[in-house]
Amino acid sequence: MTDWIDIGTLADIPQRGARTVRISGEKEIAVFRTGDDRVFALVNECPHKKGPLSQGIVHGHSVACPLHNWNIALRTGEAQGADEGCTPTIAVRHESGRIWIARPAAMQAAA
Amino acid sequence: MEFQIETQAGTGPVAGSEDQLLVPMDDVREHLVVVGNGMAGCRAVEELLARDGTRYRVTIFGAEPYVNYNRIMLSPVLAGEKTFEQIVINDRAWYDDNGIALIAGDPVTAIDRAAKSVTAQSGRTVHYDKLLIATGSDPFIIPVPGKDLPGVISFRDMKDVDTMVEAAGKGGDAVVIGGGLLGLEAAHGLTLRGMKVTVIHLMDTLMERQLDEAAGWLLKSALEGRGQTILTGANTAEIYGEGKVEGVRLKDGRHIPASLVVMAVGIRPSTALAREAGLAVNRGIQVDDHMVTSDADVLAVGECVEHDGNVYGLVAPLWDMCRSLADGLTDQHTGYKGSVTSTKLKVAGLDVFSAGDFSGGEGCEDIVLRDASRGVYKRVVVKDDRVIGAVLYGDTADGGWYFDLLKRGENVAEMRDLLIFGQAFAQGGGALDPKSAVAALSDDAEICGCNGVSKGQVVACIGKGACSLDAVRAGCKASASCGSCTGLVENLLAVVLGDDVQSGPKTMCKCTSFGHDDVRREIVAQDMRSIPEVMQKLHWSTPDGCSSCRPALNYYLLCALPGVYVDDQQSRFVNERMHANIQKDGTYSVVPRMWGGLTNPRELRAIADVVDKYDAPMVKVTGGQRLDIFGIKKEDLPAVWADLNAAGMVSGHAYGKSLRTVKTCVGSEWCRFGTQDSTGLGVKTERMTWGSWMPHKFKIAVSGCPRNCAEATIKDFGIVCVDSGYELHVGGNGGIHVRVTDFLCKVGTEQEALDYCAAFTQLYREEARYLERTAPWIERVGVDYVKQRIVEDDAGREALRARFLFSQQFMQDDPWALRAAGANSDLHQHLDPISIAAE
Repeated sequence: MTDWIDIGTLADIPQRGARTVRISGEKEIAVFRTGDDRVFALVNECPHKKGPLSQGIVHGHSVACPLHNWNIALRTGEAQGADEGCTPTIAVRHESGRIWIARPAAMQAAA
Repeated sequence: MEFQIETQAGTGPVAGSEDQLLVPMDDVREHLVVVGNGMAGCRAVEELLARDGTRYRVTIFGAEPYVNYNRIMLSPVLAGEKTFEQIVINDRAWYDDNGIALIAGDPVTAIDRAAKSVTAQSGRTVHYDKLLIATGSDPFIIPVPGKDLPGVISFRDMKDVDTMVEAAGKGGDAVVIGGGLLGLEAAHGLTLRGMKVTVIHLMDTLMERQLDEAAGWLLKSALEGRGQTILTGANTAEIYGEGKVEGVRLKDGRHIPASLVVMAVGIRPSTALAREAGLAVNRGIQVDDHMVTSDADVLAVGECVEHDGNVYGLVAPLWDMCRSLADGLTDQHTGYKGSVTSTKLKVAGLDVFSAGDFSGGEGCEDIVLRDASRGVYKRVVVKDDRVIGAVLYGDTADGGWYFDLLKRGENVAEMRDLLIFGQAFAQGGGALDPKSAVAALSDDAEICGCNGVSKGQVVACIGKGACSLDAVRAGCKASASCGSCTGLVENLLAVVLGDDVQSGPKTMCKCTSFGHDDVRREIVAQDMRSIPEVMQKLHWSTPDGCSSCRPALNYYLLCALPGVYVDDQQSRFVNERMHANIQKDGTYSVVPRMWGGLTNPRELRAIADVVDKYDAPMVKVTGGQRLDIFGIKKEDLPAVWADLNAAGMVSGHAYGKSLRTVKTCVGSEWCRFGTQDSTGLGVKTERMTWGSWMPHKFKIAVSGCPRNCAEATIKDFGIVCVDSGYELHVGGNGGIHVRVTDFLCKVGTEQEALDYCAAFTQLYREEARYLERTAPWIERVGVDYVKQRIVEDDAGREALRARFLFSQQFMQDDPWALRAAGANSDLHQHLDPISIAAE
């Protein structure tokens, strides 16, 4: 069973941008909207030095970390190019105009 | 012989008198009743008749008082390009010849599955053996106030077209809500009929379901060129008017007057009838592979059905469905397997095609071709050597071929490099190598369309010693304008010279073959006004650039179009988007401006209060003579700025590729060595230059005597006061590579010092590459060049100064004050979880 959290509508997230979601006891989540209106969610930490990915430049289906410009693939959370590392991804559903994200697993276990 | 009597309404364009259809009582054939006289219902009957013309007795109910017509062609009727008669698919004779009873203008209102009968609005009840529901779609009406006012219509049937034609006859303003295909067709027709049309579209891209952003932008530009006003990202709040529609108000407060409002935001399957009859309905009426609903004697087809979770709003799946349905009805079950759809459309006369998945993503490669001079954009998405999606704009000739490759899942590795050029090129003559393709061209084949340069001329130019792209551009103009033939010229260079080709200047990034200077030149030369426009006209190879080119393009446009260009926040680095400096822990530091390094008790108290109130862990004096408050959270930034604004302070732009500080010493007012009022001049200089965006950060200093306490000779622009005036220095840098300034000139008055500063700043803004500081820029162009522009050319200097001051009119709004007042609040606030659902 998955808990799905309604976080708002597509219009709440700027195109080629991101918003952050806080769930108590959990790491902050970054929810991205790409230029083609796809929505992805990652833990808001770069695998390199934990930079807040939500503040990076979103291009294609990647985000450039604001601290050291690592490029992270939004779908997999993996660093691109020569850099190595991976940020956890969070499942997203985009239905009936609303965006839902899956409650992270750690929290479900505690709930 | 006895007769059972059924009545039949008129079948012409206007509901005519009722005549009678006589059905012999001994006609024992099964009775197929079709609810819906549209494209799906009639096509199903056609397919059935083609298989077995006599098996069923057929009755068709239609809500509209017309024979079967092609709904897709309503747009040309609205546009005045076709008449109703020209879009009729099956005329009256077809019904007669096939013994079909048509009951038009009398919609079915109820189905009684137990009695196996349908009842129409008129009260007429007809028994069926097999029922086919083909009710299509209903227009979606957004629930805003005023949606029911007279003059608010949808665009779905002939009646809507008549209403629009009548309204257009009176002229005036029309608003079309919805920038999808239907909305744009309505807007096009109304424009052709003389109305002033505004299209309101909720999303940022027109036809966002069929087009990617680049193609959507091209479409928008083309429609605007035809006089329509296109508002994207526009949300309708209400439709207003007394007794009839008078206009539309948007959520951002704008009012758009209109005597006609066409709501074309979308369609949804028309399922009410089926739902009330107790059939299984989800998004659409649920059917199996043979188009049979949850009741074995009731079938459904077309836009009203849901098959395997899919609902289709296009015409192509309908043909497949009707084939499967007719097969089932004649006991030769084949089964519908769902449709992969493509959209090939003419939107307002412009060719558009899309198919498959063009949203990109992991493992997907985008192959993009942009031909600005022809207004063509092509994008093919390849994954694992197979075409998975395509978007074409302007030239859709190869749409069918790409769609075919996509459906067949054909491996395209062999023709990968030529794929984007289309079928003729990719499969022609086995020339699978771009170089051999170019080599195979005849000498008089045109390479550069902009400048009319043939292959022979390019080869001759190379033969005369041009051994780089730039040299060819300079020598024969090929590829010197729009650049779309750059690849061809490069291949020609490779063919002629082999390994002796010299690579050109470094490109801006991997997204383009152009260098910074080329891009800037073309932005000005072609009067480009937005990032998507630059990417289109200069053939960007990625859909929306990268983190290198987007900030650069944003700056170049901002510099070229002061007061006109709308800054793209999402193309700014975090610090410039947040107007603060991000730190390694994700918090921000805040530096208020202190003019010339001066401050006062009120400012200092305000800063101290902010430090206390927001629990800032550190305050530091910066190298630029001001205070840096550390550890502010992004959500607190607007409140911090409001407090600082209240004490009269504005943003210090310590975070930007912009004017940072003007450092000063105390000068003649206090210092026993001071020769001039360096502090006062520093304040004046900062008041003039603050807020200006630059290719990189820019620092100024004013020292009051040659002892140079303000360190003016390692600044981008330094003023050293002497007894007889002001020495001006440029191009200094205290960074990794310390560089002492070059002496520019000496001037006699404060005003001259300010004028030269403005002119130099503007020259740097206009000519340096993005992220190039003044030091490497001057080393690249030479200080003599700068002297020639600033010192020797009086008129040129004055023009530069005037351009700088003009630009500054638009730059000196404190960004903090705007944010403190609530602008871009989404950048600072977290999204709040609204509800949780478990499943």
